[in-house]
Amino acid sequence: MRLALRPYLLIVPALLLTCGILYPFGLGLYYTLFDFSASKPQPDMVRFENYTAVFTQEAFWNSAWVTVLYAVGAALTETVLGVAVALLLHRSSLLGRILEKILILPLMIAPVIAAIIWKLMLQPSVGVVNHLLRPFGLGGVQWTDTPTGALLSSIAVDVWVYTPFVAILALAGLRSLPTSPFEAAAVDGAGWWYTFRRLTLPMLWPYVLVAVIFRFMDSLKVFDIIYALTEGGPGDSTVVLQIRAYLEAIRFQRYSFGISYTIVLWAVVYLAAMVLVKHLGKIQRKAAEVTT
Amino acid sequence: MDTHVHDRRRFLALAAGAAAAPLLTACGAGFGGNDDKSDGSAADDVTGSFDWKREKGTTVKALLNKHPYTDALIADLKSFTEKTGIKVEYDVFPEDNYFDKLTVDLSSGRASYDVFMLGAYMVWQYGPPNWLEDLGPWMRNSSATGAEWDQADFFPNLLQADQWSLKAGAPLGQGGQYALPWGWETNVVAYNTELFRKLGVKPAETFDELTELAGTIKRKAPGAGFDGMYGIAVRGSRSWATIHPGFMTMYARNGLKDFTVDGGKLTPAMNSPEAVAFTEDWARMVKQGGPPSWTSYTWYQCSSDLGAKKAGMLFDADTAAYFQAVKGASPASGKIAFHPGPKGPGGSLATNMWIWSLGLNAKSKKKSASWLFLQWATGKEHLRRSAITHNHIDPVRKSVADDAAYKDKMRHLPGFLETFETVVDQTKIQFTPQAQFFDATTSWAAALQEIYGGKAAKPVLDGLADDLAGKVG
Repeated sequence: MRLALRPYLLIVPALLLTCGILYPFGLGLYYTLFDFSASKPQPDMVRFENYTAVFTQEAFWNSAWVTVLYAVGAALTETVLGVAVALLLHRSSLLGRILEKILILPLMIAPVIAAIIWKLMLQPSVGVVNHLLRPFGLGGVQWTDTPTGALLSSIAVDVWVYTPFVAILALAGLRSLPTSPFEAAAVDGAGWWYTFRRLTLPMLWPYVLVAVIFRFMDSLKVFDIIYALTEGGPGDSTVVLQIRAYLEAIRFQRYSFGISYTIVLWAVVYLAAMVLVKHLGKIQRKAAEVTT
Repeated sequence: MDTHVHDRRRFLALAAGAAAAPLLTACGAGFGGNDDKSDGSAADDVTGSFDWKREKGTTVKALLNKHPYTDALIADLKSFTEKTGIKVEYDVFPEDNYFDKLTVDLSSGRASYDVFMLGAYMVWQYGPPNWLEDLGPWMRNSSATGAEWDQADFFPNLLQADQWSLKAGAPLGQGGQYALPWGWETNVVAYNTELFRKLGVKPAETFDELTELAGTIKRKAPGAGFDGMYGIAVRGSRSWATIHPGFMTMYARNGLKDFTVDGGKLTPAMNSPEAVAFTEDWARMVKQGGPPSWTSYTWYQCSSDLGAKKAGMLFDADTAAYFQAVKGASPASGKIAFHPGPKGPGGSLATNMWIWSLGLNAKSKKKSASWLFLQWATGKEHLRRSAITHNHIDPVRKSVADDAAYKDKMRHLPGFLETFETVVDQTKIQFTPQAQFFDATTSWAAALQEIYGGKAAKPVLDGLADDLAGKVG
């Protein structure tokens, strides 16, 4: 009897976890079919009108565009910088170990705190960034006062916080690579660039792609950094989908409409993740071929 | 083996069904919190003679915003507990998060907090979904309300500002009393007297003069020994709070409206030719003499810049300047004076106001004790003590405003009492009451930022008006 029950008991935690995820998700999905808001606590079923309204809103397309710009900009920069930092750390020993400890510091700070710290540092008149730039005649930059400046500043903060994450992943990948192909390349007299392009990068790709998947998905869902730094402004220039959903659901109390935004965002993230994960499989197979 | 697989599948199907049950229940149960409200007010349950000790032993939970008025309240809470035997537990949140916390809490339908701070604008948002207790029946019940509370002692426009019929566009002062005025602010200009004396300038009497003066200060103040000083501090963050102080005051003084109301239908009016011209002028003033990084400016930054001698003037709540002006509060204390600000074209001193009010959660299970707390917190005794011994200024009660000790305290601030007395009669809420207030004003602030950033005012404000036309009604 006890043996017969064991399989069922073993799946209980997973089942609870699944229900814990599916229940609010299902409820949220269900709410999007109504016109539920603070001013209409007993709403009518409107079927897919909320989604139609979302897709016909100019604000949605603006937010979608800003979100994609942010996610691509942040994930790409973090990947390039992260891999570069990992390569540097991998080469030097003592300095590498010291820098490794320092590198992890931004990851220990909550992103919202990091954004507030950067907001103070980027303040045009008293911020340290303009203070440091003043000797070069660049002390008057209004970092977050223009649409482009606000977006780039937000991406820069994201890069500051999360580049170490990519670097650490890439470094772990570098350290796990087999040494024999590199030894063979060295014996054959291959240069650094050739070795990097033909050996290091192909074998490292699975690790890099894991980092890209994490960072791209996270960047699509960004809220804290942008909200603390710019509140979505100036104008609507940094209102990403998460901020739009928050404003609709919490600030303006149009619950169904706000949830519709998050469901659309979920679909985008899900599709992007599926494509990237499928790609990851192919890359892993290619990397295995290089190794062998 | 086969049977095992079969059993496992059946088990999973049953488990999935059990998991789905609450979902289906929720679907059938409707939305939001419970809806067991009755038509009668809980105030009717209070009978007999009025007694401060009636709810002795009860604990009331309060949600408060970080503010000098709150500090004054907390400092005096002991006297409330001594008087009533009621304990008050409270949470204090900074303003950036305060209203989100309150909104989420009230919308949950729970009674985590019995009483809370809110502004009069919030009545427009929290009133329609029945989250706020109508305090009218409590005020009218002599068993629940002591004679010394003296409703007639409140400035009538303040009491009326928290009263609304819950109908979009309907004027304030009708319908339920959804909050009580507790502290308020009128929006005026405060300036650095030392700077003005050195530059030989006087406060502006028109908006054009104010724009000119702000630019002059930005250009000349560094040369007069005020390094890094700019002309005028005004709010600029992408928030409703940017619109209501200086901007809305000057907008109203120009005779402009946010919406026109016709037969209960609201039409956005922030894109009228006059409103477009004014908005362009406001953005120009900020560019010429406003703070760097204006788009992130809240009242905290505006106020502290005046105190730190970074701003020559402040067009915001009189309290925001007062907190910097009191002795020892900032480098500029003792050098801050008050002025009503520029007049409108017809000499108008129409001024927008903010009222910190206290409200009672309609879902509270401790309404009687909470009402005693509201009565005490808005009563003469506590408000007088807070105004005189703390920084709870701009009294909501006439008796406190007329009190000799209060006047003595405020007299040392140049122009404070005169400014207050000049604008008080024309100070009121200049917005049209409607439930989408926060969407409208947040979008308005975003539009203002775009115009400040160089976009043409007309198309931006037309877009804003189009967007809002479909939302308000």
